[in-house]
Amino acid sequence: MKSSSSISTIETLTSTTEKQQAVSRVRRKSHRTTLLFWSFVGPLVLGLLLFVYVPIVWSILLSFYNARATITPTDFVGLQNYQAMLEDKSFTGSLLTFTIFTFFIVPTTLIGALGLALLVNSVQVARGFFRSVFFLPTACSYVVASLVWKMSVFAGLPYGLVNSVTALFGVAPISWVSSTNPPWYWLVLVTVRLWLQLGIFMIIFIAGLQEIPRELYEASFVDGAKRGWTTFYYITFPLLRNTSIAVLLLCIIYGFQAFDEFFNIMTGGNQILARPPLVYLYNVALSDQDYGRGSAGAMILTLIIVFISLIQGRIFGFGKAD
Amino acid sequence: MASIVSQHTQTRRKKRPSVGNTISTMLQYVLLIFLALLFLLPFYLILRNGLATDAEITALHWTFFPSILHFENIQELFNDISVPFAQGLFNSAVIAILQTAGQLFFCCLAGYGLARIPYRWSNVVFYTIIITLMIPSTVTFVPTYVLISYLGWVSSLQGIIVPFLFSGFTTFLFRQFFLGFPHELEEAGRVDGLGQWGVFWRIVIPNSYSIIASLGVIAFIQSWNSFLWPLVVGQDPSVYTVQVVLSNFLNAQVLNLHELFIGSAIAILPLVLVFFILQRYIAEGFKQTGLKG
Repeated sequence: MKSSSSISTIETLTSTTEKQQAVSRVRRKSHRTTLLFWSFVGPLVLGLLLFVYVPIVWSILLSFYNARATITPTDFVGLQNYQAMLEDKSFTGSLLTFTIFTFFIVPTTLIGALGLALLVNSVQVARGFFRSVFFLPTACSYVVASLVWKMSVFAGLPYGLVNSVTALFGVAPISWVSSTNPPWYWLVLVTVRLWLQLGIFMIIFIAGLQEIPRELYEASFVDGAKRGWTTFYYITFPLLRNTSIAVLLLCIIYGFQAFDEFFNIMTGGNQILARPPLVYLYNVALSDQDYGRGSAGAMILTLIIVFISLIQGRIFGFGKAD
Repeated sequence: MASIVSQHTQTRRKKRPSVGNTISTMLQYVLLIFLALLFLLPFYLILRNGLATDAEITALHWTFFPSILHFENIQELFNDISVPFAQGLFNSAVIAILQTAGQLFFCCLAGYGLARIPYRWSNVVFYTIIITLMIPSTVTFVPTYVLISYLGWVSSLQGIIVPFLFSGFTTFLFRQFFLGFPHELEEAGRVDGLGQWGVFWRIVIPNSYSIIASLGVIAFIQSWNSFLWPLVVGQDPSVYTVQVVLSNFLNAQVLNLHELFIGSAIAILPLVLVFFILQRYIAEGFKQTGLKG
């Protein structure tokens, strides 16, 4: 392709017939298009190749080597790293932690976000104000929220907010984060994420609600449907099906990437109580400097997330995101 | 919750408001106000604790707000040599600004190229970009760290910034937007003698401010709030971001509650300001990037 361009230049200089000139003009134009395309898209593609594709390929290689404290290993070990990871109780335990977390966070997020969206959408006065308030936690980082939850809301000493409130009913202070029976730390971890992400999903649900044609409701009223649960059950909910599935899968994907709140709330001896995959991987790769096993773990997690993404892609298609 | 779908003012206005409707509207507001207070509670706690003394924070009886507001906590925090807070703020600002600008630049260019330049391999390139959407960068932080340490970029600002300049998803959203951009505007530019680059910079960009603002503000928020990657790469206090500084402070042996909370207040202040100024764009951005994996 590219070598023919210099030939075409020579051709234009030497050729005499009109036909040859026309051919070379087309070639030059396509050459110009190629150049133009790559001047727009090239920088990004180069960046993605270097910072996404190269690391993943490198990591696939590392996962087959014994790579302790080195990134250019020579000791090929086959599938041993994968075997070690899958046999490691801590790793499978971290996948279990993710499963439990998903079990708590997904239904609460779905119901909470949909409830907020319906509630905000149903009032006339100060609708924008309430929407802003529920959306405001977006401005807060997981680190700051974890800090507030750990040191103030669910502080284990009597001065904690929840402990201060329960003390009014004569309940003794509970150490929320380190309590194992019952495992109160799940309440801390789930509520902090709910506070941070409900607003975002509420916005997505509100957008979905606004796409439902009003005529449907009006027609149903003519047919004698009552406002409230009937219309919600027969119109709103079925028409929000796609939005709900999108929120559901997003919630799982976000949960899979959970790191910040677990890392900051479940510290020290409490870490083993609830350690999600990324925190475990952080320990293996960064603290133990074992890049072989770290890479194997990353590949296993990548396969899981690709699987979830494929379900998402299958249901929505990539072109439907707009 | 009974009249949960009663947003249909038109049908509603025709009827006289019944007692039941009024009561349910009142209940809705009571519920909304209660939830709003609940959502604002953490912000109240940050301010209350940040402006109090440790003795007041840990007092057995809850005080609603410290009687004397200790604004000197701010000064104390910045003078505390064990906490590189000012450095953290500075690093976070540099990282967030450069990451946002860079991401917008690369992704906007690529999105336009993919949408408008009829290159024969365009589709292949597009799918090469799209495939990266399936794998969130947080999941592959180990591989990326391996590359960054090979490049010798550990504990450097470029190590934190550069890997996140190239977003397949932002590119995808720009492409979708430019596919719907009116051809007539671009044609008018060509008639006036502009080349493809001239059309892009003088016609397309000035007419795309709303999407640039939406995607830019989301990128800024994510960059400012990100924690895992700055923690992994920034292993030296000189490149700590404000989130890493706060996390270290939180897990330090000696706890200093009032400094910790005033630090949190300062750390979220830039984004709260951005939120109030650009809220419309944030909501719009999340509607689109909500589908981000």
